[in-house]
Amino acid sequence: MKIYWELFVSFFRMGAITFGGGYAMLPILQREVVQDRGWCTDQELTDYFAIGQCTPGIIAVNTATFIGYKLRGVPGAVVATLSLVLPSFIIIGVIAAVLQNFAEYPLVQNAFAGIRVVVTVLILNAVIKLLRSSVVDKPTAAIYVATAVLAFALDVSPVLFVVVTAALGIALHIRKEAGKK
Amino acid sequence: MIYLLLFWEFFKTGLFAVGGGLATLPFLYSMGEHTGWFTASQVADMLAVSESTPGPIGINMAVYTGYTSAGVLGSVCALIGIITPSVIVIVLIAAALKAFRDSKYVQGAFYGIRPASTGLITAAGLSVAMGALLRTEAWTGWSRFWTVLDWKALALAAAVFAGTRLFKKLHPAVFILLGAAVGALFHFAGA
Repeated sequence: MKIYWELFVSFFRMGAITFGGGYAMLPILQREVVQDRGWCTDQELTDYFAIGQCTPGIIAVNTATFIGYKLRGVPGAVVATLSLVLPSFIIIGVIAAVLQNFAEYPLVQNAFAGIRVVVTVLILNAVIKLLRSSVVDKPTAAIYVATAVLAFALDVSPVLFVVVTAALGIALHIRKEAGKK
Repeated sequence: MIYLLLFWEFFKTGLFAVGGGLATLPFLYSMGEHTGWFTASQVADMLAVSESTPGPIGINMAVYTGYTSAGVLGSVCALIGIITPSVIVIVLIAAALKAFRDSKYVQGAFYGIRPASTGLITAAGLSVAMGALLRTEAWTGWSRFWTVLDWKALALAAAVFAGTRLFKKLHPAVFILLGAAVGALFHFAGA
């Protein structure tokens, strides 16, 4: 039972301190799930994010489901996901009930502008960490640069990048294996 | 039976919106149009709140629209509706990956996907950075490009970057709280 409690505490906390959706959750996931709890590696986290981006649904939820499933199967997936969304349910419920014009308060706008600056830096730190586990040679470096530039410059679905680089990865991997023999 | 309908509408959104919270927006606009539960301008207000409160944006939107349409029980139905497809799809994929982990095809695919995933996160981070560190509306041409730089924001970013290097043990939440305090104190949004 202890692991379910730990899943609840960890994912509830992440749901309560993540501002700005899936990408903003990445640095907090690295801290809570990889560094503090050892539930998965940085590399697995990159894999979950890749799959989360090209499957239906909300990226943060998809990642929580993945980690919960890895630890305790379907019950783990359900506990992690529900714990992640519980803070939203409470906070938004309160705002919708009593603070309809919450986002218009100058204090909220100023505080949120400050939070966005911090989240930018946290995402930068997260990317630096992920680069170590995902860019391992020249072909992967080329894939990284090409994806980052194209995804920033063009308005294309992430699905396309994931499908193309998966095919590319299989081709490169098989050629490398053949070269070893 | 608005509760069942809410569940069903958000189930569809969860099943077809690929690429995270903001991808649910077009679904919400059309939902409001054909059900009359909320207006387009309410969606815009709800998005502003969802972005400035903690939690995944898509989840916040579902809870808010559910509440606006049918109270607390409505928000529960919308919430369960939007996460159910994710849980089913991801559990199936995770089970398949567990079974085929050692296949050279799966390993090859992830060899290619990993750097692409990091690239996608980098691109998303750049978009966040542009919104957080630049005042794009102040752009007057390359000869005076510095007018777009938001010096207060850049100073905070540099301080936080140094802080995360110096105090590696501090939880990211500490920096987020600090950002909120500094932003409020120095009127970061100019409000």
